Amino acid sequence: MRWYVAKRILQGLVTVWFIATATFFAMHSVPGDPLLNDRAMSPEIRANLEAKYGLDQPLARQYLVYMGNLLRGDLGISFVHENQSVNDIIRERFPVSAILGILAIIIAAVGGVLWGALTALYRNRLPDYIIMFLVILGISVPSFVVAALSQLTLVTLNQAVGVSLLPVAGWGTVWHMLVPALVLGLSTMAYLTRLMRSSMLEIAHSDYVRTAKSKGLPPARIFTRHQLRNAILPVITVLGPQVAIITTGGFVVEMVFAIPGLGRFFVEAVQQLDYTVIMGTTVFYGAFLVFMVIVVDLLYGFIDPRISLQ
Amino acid sequence: MTDEHVIIDSESDFARSAGKQLAAYMAYAMLAMFLLFFLLSELAAMVGGSSGRGAIDGQSNAITIAIRQEPPQLDHTRASDSVSFTVLTHAMEGLLGYDNDNRLVPGVAERWEIRADGATFWLREEARWSDGRPVTAHDFVFGWRKVVDPATASIYAFIMYPVENAEAINSGELPVETLGVRAVGDRVLEVSFEQPTPYFEKLVAFQTFLPVNEEFYEATQGRYGADADQMLYNGPYVVSEWIHSASMLWEKNPLYWNKDNVGFINVIDVAYITEDVNAKLNMFKDGQIGDTQLVASMLPSAMEQRWNIERFMEGSIFWVVSNFRDGRITRNYNLRRALQLSLDPVEFVYKVLKEPGYMPGTSMFPYWIKGAEGSFRQEHPPIEHIPDVEKAREHLELARQELGIDEFPPLVLLADDTPVGSITAEYLQASFARHLGLEIRIDKQIFKQRLLKAEAGEFDILVNGWSPDYDDALTFGDYFASWNLSNRGRYSNAELDRNVRIGQTSLDSAERMRAFAEIQRIAYEDAVVMPLYERGWSFVVDPRLKDFNRRVVGPEVDYRFAYIDVNDE
Repeated sequence: MRWYVAKRILQGLVTVWFIATATFFAMHSVPGDPLLNDRAMSPEIRANLEAKYGLDQPLARQYLVYMGNLLRGDLGISFVHENQSVNDIIRERFPVSAILGILAIIIAAVGGVLWGALTALYRNRLPDYIIMFLVILGISVPSFVVAALSQLTLVTLNQAVGVSLLPVAGWGTVWHMLVPALVLGLSTMAYLTRLMRSSMLEIAHSDYVRTAKSKGLPPARIFTRHQLRNAILPVITVLGPQVAIITTGGFVVEMVFAIPGLGRFFVEAVQQLDYTVIMGTTVFYGAFLVFMVIVVDLLYGFIDPRISLQ
Repeated sequence: MTDEHVIIDSESDFARSAGKQLAAYMAYAMLAMFLLFFLLSELAAMVGGSSGRGAIDGQSNAITIAIRQEPPQLDHTRASDSVSFTVLTHAMEGLLGYDNDNRLVPGVAERWEIRADGATFWLREEARWSDGRPVTAHDFVFGWRKVVDPATASIYAFIMYPVENAEAINSGELPVETLGVRAVGDRVLEVSFEQPTPYFEKLVAFQTFLPVNEEFYEATQGRYGADADQMLYNGPYVVSEWIHSASMLWEKNPLYWNKDNVGFINVIDVAYITEDVNAKLNMFKDGQIGDTQLVASMLPSAMEQRWNIERFMEGSIFWVVSNFRDGRITRNYNLRRALQLSLDPVEFVYKVLKEPGYMPGTSMFPYWIKGAEGSFRQEHPPIEHIPDVEKAREHLELARQELGIDEFPPLVLLADDTPVGSITAEYLQASFARHLGLEIRIDKQIFKQRLLKAEAGEFDILVNGWSPDYDDALTFGDYFASWNLSNRGRYSNAELDRNVRIGQTSLDSAERMRAFAEIQRIAYEDAVVMPLYERGWSFVVDPRLKDFNRRVVGPEVDYRFAYIDVNDE
């Protein structure tokens, strides 16, 4: 077990190093220049800026310097927000994205498992058709449409009632989180529902369920112990990466609902070619994703005793 | 065996009892969710957050607004973006400033004198920093030196080049102490010029010329302007709270010397930061913010609702410039003239673009530029542009002969990938194809890449915009000077350069305006630039919020003179 964990962590570190290296060179080959501005710069102003960010050095040297700093945990200073360190930026904004993401994933996981089980039970009957139609909708309608529509619905609702039932945007209280978390979790919920449904159907026809039924076990018990518990495994598998995707990919939702998260900041940084912020957030996200995958693999051992961690 | 063991008759029976179990689970899940939310709300209440006070709060004299972006920083020695400038306009005051009608008014300086070789500013005694210290001439000296210091690497350092030695210091040739500005006591600031700078009073109203308290600056250890408490304020408002990317709170500055005449609203709560105009409109509809910007698609429904719509010109002008670098066919006068004559900005703005508040371009100088006495446009009207396709084709034929080609190669049009940028590029492409049979190859790029390609000269024609730094014709007039690096087409004309020099240094304002009129004429007659539109913004404003303003020079929005009238629902 211990060896397994150590091995996985080592693999994870190599992956993160690879992500950092690939991002570094990809970013520097992206056309455009982070220092350019509407106002043309005189050579001396430009030289001053290049010296400040070390851009006057050869690329290989810049890479070595960056990696050295990364090892020391220093992600540098933002190009755009010139007096803020990338470490501070991530520290301030990631918790917001994380809270929103965790809430979204809870909603998505619980909803996905329950709806998936329901559709499997009522296969090819009315509840199945209705839910699967909504699932297709949830998967195919992009989140910026859902986000804008839900916000508009909220406004209309508030106007109809005459008081603000729920805030239409902003951050701070749990009421601000409710709708964005729902919107953010929607497509994952739809995806998990579909996954759960097919998984449940497969298990419903498995030998051990038939045996359990013929043994005359109570249906509720067969359903919970034999079907749900086994069907949930594939859901857990995708949950790890989904947590990372949701907590990092919420930039549309963050923009529409004016939420001060890291996702929005990352997208703005890419648009402005803020080198240090792009690097810092990508490495951070990469490490986070790798971490989540390891956690899920470890969780496997607890959920399914058949799997041994060797 | 107990009676738990039931005989299962059929699949449907199984489904029924499993369904019951599932329903029970759903009920549990709902309950758990509810509990989770209850817990979270209790937790969140302890942390605090968005106040939700609503757009207009007459009782505590507060408004709630949204801004477009997180201000990159409030250190004005390095700030270069309009959102930071907007915050700085409310929280800081320079030697001079603008009133609500865009007139230059005294700020920290109570009087001043501009001479050929320099300027003197007499500072008022009552000017205070937000910690009670007086604002002195030393604060200006320190701030200006910081700007030109190569270590600061300020993008806007160039705007200080009229001050003696500024350019040499910025290139590292002279120490910062040699900058031509010094404090004579606490209340007199002496400036010496590199060359005569008649528009210097307008220049010092720009944010880069703001003061900084040295002692405080050093105490922040490089974090000046990074947080609300890492800064001293001397303007009508202080930034009392700044949660990055989330919100800001601007409160009336009790120590501001002119607090009776500027800053009528006690609290400006910048509760939302988002670039999404639709989201902001939703917040406005919900009564959460006091104003929001309207785009073309929102206008019909806004009119229908009989909202209070206010229109402002933004000050900037968008135009098409040609590339004059060697080897470009746009060097040919007749080709440029043909393009110019076939172009109809009126049709483009009113029939194609249809953005609210946009005005067709008629000159490289916007309508609001001031002349010697009144308006520059009235004193020196531009040559009237009459689109003439027949004549355009004649010029095109001449160009073909002069260039000695049978077929024109496709012209590369460089443009931004914004919605308006795309429409502009497509209109130009269609217009030049229809009228002149020219093939236009559109090169649409993201902003930074567009800048890079423009700087490298990888275009035949380029669509870009220019916005003013200060309220003087020169901010547009020197654009096509051969030495100006922003002159992306590298246009070079000795006659135009000579007039720019007059505009820069002449102390006779009528003579300066005549020079700008000459520049205006050359730019049109030599078909250097084709103005497309002057940009305007429409805002929907809560009827209780009065005197909200957006001016041609300076901040994106200005609440310094706004006040609340609750009786007007």
